[in-house]
Amino acid sequence: MKLKLATLALGAVMAAAPALADLVIPSLSYRTGPYAPNGIPVADGFADYLTLLNERDGGIGGVPIRMIECETGYNTEKGVECYESTKGEGSLVYSPLSTGITYQLIPKASADGIPVHSMGYGRTSAANGKVFEWVFNHPATYWDGASIAIKHIMEQEGGDISGKKIALVYHNSAYGKEPIRTLEELAKKHGYELTLLPVDHPGQEQKSQWLQIRRERPDYVLMWGWGVMNQVAIQEAANIRFPMDHFIGVWWSGSENDTLPAGAGADGYKALALANPGTNYPLFDELKTYVYDKGLSAGAGDQHGYVLYNRGVYQAMLTTEAVRKAQEIHGVADITPAMMRDGLEALEITEERMAELGLPEFGPAFSLSCENHGGSGLAKIQQWDAGSKTWSVVTDWIASDRSIIDPLIAEDSQAYAAENGIEERCN
Amino acid sequence: MFYREAGDFSTTYQADAQTFPIKYERWGYYAILAVAFGVVPFFINDYWANAVMIPFLIYAIAALGLNILTGYCGQVSLGTGGFMAVGAYAVYKLMTSFPEVNIAFHVLGAGLVTAGVGVLFGLPSLRIKGFYLAVATLAAQFFLVWLFNKVPWFYNYSASGQITAPERTVFGVVVTGPNTDAAAKYLFCLVFVFLCAWLARNLTRGSFGRKWMAIRDMDIAAEIIGVYPLAAKLSAFAVSSFFIGVSGALFFSVYLGAVEVTEAFGIQKSFLVLFMIIIGGLGSIFGSFAGAAFLVLMPVLLKNILVGQLGWPTDLATHFEFMIVGALIVTFLILEPHGLAQLWRVTKEKLRLWPFPH
Repeated sequence: MKLKLATLALGAVMAAAPALADLVIPSLSYRTGPYAPNGIPVADGFADYLTLLNERDGGIGGVPIRMIECETGYNTEKGVECYESTKGEGSLVYSPLSTGITYQLIPKASADGIPVHSMGYGRTSAANGKVFEWVFNHPATYWDGASIAIKHIMEQEGGDISGKKIALVYHNSAYGKEPIRTLEELAKKHGYELTLLPVDHPGQEQKSQWLQIRRERPDYVLMWGWGVMNQVAIQEAANIRFPMDHFIGVWWSGSENDTLPAGAGADGYKALALANPGTNYPLFDELKTYVYDKGLSAGAGDQHGYVLYNRGVYQAMLTTEAVRKAQEIHGVADITPAMMRDGLEALEITEERMAELGLPEFGPAFSLSCENHGGSGLAKIQQWDAGSKTWSVVTDWIASDRSIIDPLIAEDSQAYAAENGIEERCN
Repeated sequence: MFYREAGDFSTTYQADAQTFPIKYERWGYYAILAVAFGVVPFFINDYWANAVMIPFLIYAIAALGLNILTGYCGQVSLGTGGFMAVGAYAVYKLMTSFPEVNIAFHVLGAGLVTAGVGVLFGLPSLRIKGFYLAVATLAAQFFLVWLFNKVPWFYNYSASGQITAPERTVFGVVVTGPNTDAAAKYLFCLVFVFLCAWLARNLTRGSFGRKWMAIRDMDIAAEIIGVYPLAAKLSAFAVSSFFIGVSGALFFSVYLGAVEVTEAFGIQKSFLVLFMIIIGGLGSIFGSFAGAAFLVLMPVLLKNILVGQLGWPTDLATHFEFMIVGALIVTFLILEPHGLAQLWRVTKEKLRLWPFPH
């Protein structure tokens, strides 16, 4: 009872004193609907890392973090509602975890002066900081992903893939269509044949696509899937006995929640990785002490160490490092969204910094600049082992083919700049 | 007590035939208009505009449109989402092709394009009705969504298939794009809602509306008394699609600013608008507004209460939202199968007699 009264009193004090400084970080998550299997682990990882910083260090630079979670259900209309309801709270940066919502927010947030960080999703050409002042998509973009997947295939085929057939199974939305142009350009360069197989929202119905794959027998299948679509695709591939090590998903199509439902059939399935899987990092010991053992885990607490949980942790790490950078640049602890933008632009992730944070060699080392909002464009390939139910990384960092991607980014961002009358910066 | 008609005499035919014959109601209507046009724009902020008022106004237009077709003319349609998509893509093509033209004309143009498409997909209604027509319009829904995904010309060959509304103005005031003032957006939509509702009301009580209702009540009897079914049904499809096209155009250009067709105009949108008119009341202008308000505002209200006030976890709150809205729909339909409009009519009757019910 005393404790309750104390919390009530504390709550009343906090409600009565909104002037207290805090760093507002909105989390537009989705824990319901057909994309929940993938939305939940990311949201949990994101929340747990921020809780850790609050519990262990009292926030960042002495200012506590206030995370506002808002359920979007991967739906753009709800996303708008979430954005409008949180932007007035002093939100520092938006990471909506949805390409559709990112497209919505790019013009809105740019007009409101709030940065958007779409980590490995969203509009690829936002990597061009000259045009997209407020948008960031480090550490890698979809076009990097497409190029890296093709590079991996070339490596497996001994360097020559001319005449090979590659099929792309993709979510029929802005998200899934993003890699098509890059894959087409790469097809011209390397001489493979590209087949496009769209899957409509929500992705539960894929019989005809996989029938076509069974008939045409492509050498490789790439997948740009999300939510239940991933599980269904992996199951269907197993059903037609497609060689799983020739089936490669993007980094959004490779988590435990996607492969576990297919059981042994998923063995050997590959996916790109933005950061390493597993809990074998000092950070997880701290998470256990300060978050899990105190019962502060977000959600059900059953996602720890899953690929997408680590993605959420990684997202939170990049966000909070940018906050730190912004505090450092401006010498203020309680930063504004405009300062946050400067912090993001000056972000530098080094091996030493990652080791300090308890995540040695977790992701690639990279730095951003006024021109480069897209990071290093590096990714690894990971493979699923159905026996031990773990993902293991099978390659080192692979770099994308800049000679194809850079002109595409320049072209697409120029078109956006011309459409919206944006002057190039950084000159 | 309330709703006294005593002393309210109609001395001309015009006075008798007006939309709100009871003085009390007429003044209420004028008061609502005055508040909506004269007071709300001064107080509206981004949140109220983008999360509450604009979706409500736009869905109200869509519900009016579907109500004309389904409620007044009795032709069940599941193609609303597809027709909204036609409006959205038409306005996008018009906006990008003729950037110097006032956006209001583009919205009307999008409505006309949709009316044409609606008539085309309304042709089967001459031979089939009821559930079979619902299936035919369902085909329209899927075909149109597929078309806008398949043909890159509709989205100006953009890499992602997204369409994004550029900045456009009405008399120098920005109404689309990210730099829009909340009040400007709101007023722009409100003008369309007002005109559409006024048009719908006057069409439905004129000869057009009577023909539609005759077809709805019994098409063979209507034909015998001289209603030409081809003209009646196709005009209902045209007018309904015009409204839905306008709402789709506003939905894309003013409300969301960027859409992709599968996500924004899928089958769930058709059902949403159909539920609006069923809950609001078939064949009622007020019902279209009530239904739109119920289905747009209720989830936002519940979210704000459950998450904002009570501090529930967001997923739990969302699941409860579904359950509460679902339960409310079932309750309303059991208590009053003719929708919120009928509930309002009954209340009005009661108020007229109160406090002497006998």
